[in-house]
Order: sequence, then structure tokens, then C-alpha cells
Amino acid sequence: MNGKTLYDKLWDSHLVRENEDGTSLLYIDRQLIHEVTSPQAFEGMRLANRPLWRTEANVAVPDHNIPTKDRDEGIEDPISKLQVDTLDENCESFQIKEFKMSDPNQGIVHVIGPEQGLTLPGMTIVCGDSHTSTHGALGALAFGIGTSEVEHVLATQCLIQQKSKNMLINVKGELREGITAKDLILFIIGKIGTAGGTGYAIEFGGDVIKSLSMEGRMTICNMTIEAGARAGLIAVDQTTLDYVKGKPFSPKGELWGQACEYWETLQSDENAAFDKTIEIDAGDINPMVTWGTSPELVVDIESDIPTSENGKFQPALDYMGLDQGTAIKDIALDKIFIGSCTNSRIEDLREAAKVVDGKKVSDSIKLAMVVPGSCPVKEQAEKEGLDKIFLDAGFEWRDPGCSMCLAMNADRLESGERCASTSNRNFEGRQGQGGRTHLVSPAMAAAAAIKGHFVNVAKGDWEN
Amino acid sequence: MDKFYTFTGIVAPLDRDNIDTDAIIPKQFLKSIHRTGFGPNLFDEWRYLDHGEPGQDCSNRPLNQDFVLNRNPYQKASILLTRENFGCGSSREHAPWALIGFGFKTIIAESFADIFYNNCFKNGILLITLAKEQIQSLFEKTESENEFTLAVNLENQALIDSRGNMTPFEIESFRKDALMNGLDEIGLTLSHEEEIKTFEKNHLQKHPWLFTT
Repeated sequence: MNGKTLYDKLWDSHLVRENEDGTSLLYIDRQLIHEVTSPQAFEGMRLANRPLWRTEANVAVPDHNIPTKDRDEGIEDPISKLQVDTLDENCESFQIKEFKMSDPNQGIVHVIGPEQGLTLPGMTIVCGDSHTSTHGALGALAFGIGTSEVEHVLATQCLIQQKSKNMLINVKGELREGITAKDLILFIIGKIGTAGGTGYAIEFGGDVIKSLSMEGRMTICNMTIEAGARAGLIAVDQTTLDYVKGKPFSPKGELWGQACEYWETLQSDENAAFDKTIEIDAGDINPMVTWGTSPELVVDIESDIPTSENGKFQPALDYMGLDQGTAIKDIALDKIFIGSCTNSRIEDLREAAKVVDGKKVSDSIKLAMVVPGSCPVKEQAEKEGLDKIFLDAGFEWRDPGCSMCLAMNADRLESGERCASTSNRNFEGRQGQGGRTHLVSPAMAAAAAIKGHFVNVAKGDWEN
Repeated sequence: MDKFYTFTGIVAPLDRDNIDTDAIIPKQFLKSIHRTGFGPNLFDEWRYLDHGEPGQDCSNRPLNQDFVLNRNPYQKASILLTRENFGCGSSREHAPWALIGFGFKTIIAESFADIFYNNCFKNGILLITLAKEQIQSLFEKTESENEFTLAVNLENQALIDSRGNMTPFEIESFRKDALMNGLDEIGLTLSHEEEIKTFEKNHLQKHPWLFTT
């Protein structure tokens, strides 16, 4: 008999019942809530006069709409303000724990979950946000849901689900110096496509994944949704346990030992059967840059924009204002964004600061900004002096939030502006209507800020 | 959720792969705290020539006449025909809310993104997946016929054109059942309340560190 995959184990341990129609009722340990996808769910609860099933399972934070500067002046846009106020009111009336905008632990929901120990290995975690896949880096089953399902979890602590298929992406070899988790996940998406993981839960394994820090693992799992899979997973190991230990809400004392004993079982069995396995050789990977309007339209820094025989790339090229055959290194930027739930953790900021240290942002760059993922990340970075490195170079050093990843607050691209961004989506209009996004790692974005165009950060091209 | 009844509607062809939820409903409209009112902003950046903001009266905005939904007779379309991986990207349920607001009841594509797929069924939109060749043939019909319509019969799982040509489609039985009966899923889950409570109790015993917040 085959053993179980990590996904199988997490699924089985949360299975409340199997319905006759082939669906299952899955128990949800934790629901994370933000202001954008929750108001209609709370409204539904009120209309049906339903109580929360388990209040403490829910934790909320505003992140999408909030300003990244002059925060003490409040939210200028009245519609954004109403949405954040609505979250505050809903949390108050339903007694849900909320990290408000002014809270010293506020941040992007997918950054603060792990940071606070609200995300723990072995949990099922949902949030009305597709990048909930991030939390799979801790060996949790975590996936994004819509607002109807947010309400379903508020009311029942369960979701009606169909089990996904199992995919293993096995990353072998070794990442070369200067190549990051972001480059690896962009490379993977380029290989399997944005629908390559549809219908699967993807487990990332192999020596390269084991060697990654938790921040790097979160970057990988975060972008699993960009490969079409709702959930990404990485097995629990010592790196995971070291990360979770001592977090504000992680178990303490006797419970810690008990939890670790269980968490150490959270790996796929050696004889587990996957429906699909993909082998990746990490040694082939260079810094990656997207050139189109889908994360799968990606090449490495040494390449040119590819040519499509049937004109398939034309709409993306037209939108991006680029021609096929153009060298990636010849693409000049207007703005630089270092932030988002993909790349705004302390390690990301350290990598970017290392590149920026002692340099100046190119005169051709209109705006270069760093938006830390959370208040604790910001504080830590300031302790290390990273803020000074960025500020001295000409970057803006902002307050935490989703910011220009999706431009729901005031941070956005103007039409035609081109941005090197450490975020996760390069869709049309994502960072502002008519804006053009190139997805890269923090180090690549930092180097592009210095030179005004893309350079190969792994070759040290930004240094002279 | 309303029950899904057999209907006949105009098919609007949107010939593109990987249409994401940012294109379906741009982010500025996600600031609404309501479930309705998104229809005029469906595909906002493709549909209008100016920049749209929430709360705006869309009836006076300049239309992009090249965009399919602005062309006659597609303003009245209730079936959307598209290609691969429709609805990729974010989990925003505002995407199905906008599609419903416009008048779409059914979307036919080669494939759909997972979260979007779920969200649509929760809102009574029927998503139909067909093979590449079948999709191609439907696109050709929207070109050759002036006002190509299809009857969508969920009960018999069939699409029927005006000449009586039938295309069968597959759908999971629980989704069909939910649409046909307009089921309240939360109510259904709560009918298993005792089982959930029993599970929860055992779960907490096994993993006592879980419920400490």
C-alpha cells in the first residue's frame, strides 16, 4: 500500500465527514480576515442571524486599503476608509481579534500570520485571499477562498471541499550564488504555466527547498496560486520548528513539546504516491524577469523577449510596450516596488539592502519604494539600519501594507509607467491602470533601481 | 441562491486565454462593502476608454467600441464564451458578482481557475468546460451567425443551438444539484452540527495547542 503525502495527512486529519455526493466537510482551524473580502460575509451572518461557530479561530487585519505614509492622518479616500472602518466595526461586534491599522503588529495578513504564530504547522488555514497559499510553507494546508466561503467558515468552521490531486515539484541541485526563492518560483511557473497546477495541491521538495529559509519557502508557496494551485506545501523540518518557536501565539511549555512531536510527522511518507511529479534542476536557474501580462511570460535576465510564431504574445507585448527580440537588460524602468506578501519579509529587505548599500537610485527612476510587510519587520529592519541604507540611496521607506502590489491605496503606477516589482502578479492594470509590471526578486529590483534598467544581479552587474 | 432554470441566451465571444480576475473587475471596485452594483464595471478597463472609479455613473463614460460587450447584440449576452484558464488570479468573489450584474448566467471555456470556479457556482453561475475543438467550433459559429444563441439545459446537461445541434457537457453531480435546487450551503453544513462538534472535540484533544488564541 502507498503511503500518504503531506497533503493527504493534512486532509485526513481535518475530515469531518464525507458526503454521499463525493464532497467532504473539512474542518478549518484558522481563518484570517482582511477588509476587502469580508464585509459581505459579515452582512450575510447578520441577515441570517447566525453566530460565529468559534470566535477565536478568526483573526483580522486591514492591509489592502491602508496608506503607507502619513498614517496618523488616517485614510484619505472615503471609500477605502469605509471599508477599513467596516472591518473594525464587524470585528468589534463579533468580538474577533483584530490588529487594527494603528496596532504595533499590523501588517500584510500573510506576513503577520506566521510572524505572530497564528499560522502553525498542521493547521488548515483559509482567508479570502488567493495568496493564503503562503502559509503552506509551514506545513499547513492553506488556501484562498471567496466571500461566500468566508461566511461559511464564520458560521460552521468548515468548508465543503473536493480533494485536490497531489503534485510534487522536486527541486534538485543547488541554487547558484545570488539566485533566490523568487527566481526559483518564477522559473517553475514559466515551466509549468499559470494553469499547470490547476486541480492540484503542490508539495515542493528536494534539497534546494530544504536549504531555503522560512522567508524563501513563503515566497515559493505564496506564488503557487500563480501556477494555478490553490495550496502549496513544504514539509516540516528543523527550520520550520526554529521559526515557529517563541512566536507570540505559538505553543509554549509542555504544549510546545507535544506540538513538535506531532509536527515532526508532517512530511510525505517515503512511499507516498503523487499524481504528478516534476523535476527541476536548480543549477540551471538565473535571475528571472517577467516581460508579459501573466507570470508565465518569464525569461532569465540573459535572454531576449521570445518570439511567438502565431502572434500569441502580441496582446501582452502591445500592453507592455515591448517588442519581441528585445534584450531584457535593455528594458528601462520608471518605478521600483519592493514589498508585497511575496517579498516584504526581513530577509527580502536584507537582500535588497545589500545591493543598495552605498549606491544611489538612478536619476531616471521616478520613485523607488520599500514597503515592509509588517510593523515588526519594519522595526527589525530599522534596528539593523536597513532603513538608512534605503533612504540614503534615494528610496522611500514606507509603512506596512499591500500597497502597490495591487494599488488599492494611493500607491500606484500611472498609465504607461514601467515598474520592477517584487510582487506576484503582472496582470494588466494590476499596479494601476495602464501600468506595466515586471516581476523580479528583491535583489533584482534593487539593482534595477541603481542602474535604471534590468541587470544581472548574480553577476554583480550593478556594482560599477 | 436562486434556482438555475433552462434558458436561451446570446453568446458573447471573448477570444483570449488567461483572463484574470483583475481584468474581470479591477481593484478599485473591490472597495465596495456590498454584493451588488458591480455589473457596470465588469471588464472596466477594456470596456471604457477612461479610468473608472467606484460610485461613478457609467452611462456617460466613453465606450471602447472595439470591445465585444459594447457591440450589438452582445450588450444583451447572457453566455460568455472564452478560452483557457478563465478567472485566474485573485479569490475576489466580486468577479462572479460583476458577471452576474452584467447578466451572464453561464460561461463556457476550455478551463477555469480553481477558486473562481468555486466562487461562480456559489453564486448560481454555471461554468461549462468543453474541449478545445468544441470551443473553437462555437467561436466560429459566433462569427458566422449574426446573433448566435444557445439554450442551456442543465438538467439534461446539454447546449442546443437554434438549429437543434446539441453539445453535451459534464458537471459534477453535487454542483448540478446545488444549482438546480438553489441550495443554502451553510444551512446544509449546519445540518451536520453534531458531527462537527464531535470532530472538534476530538481534534482539540489531539491538538490542544490549536485553540489557544
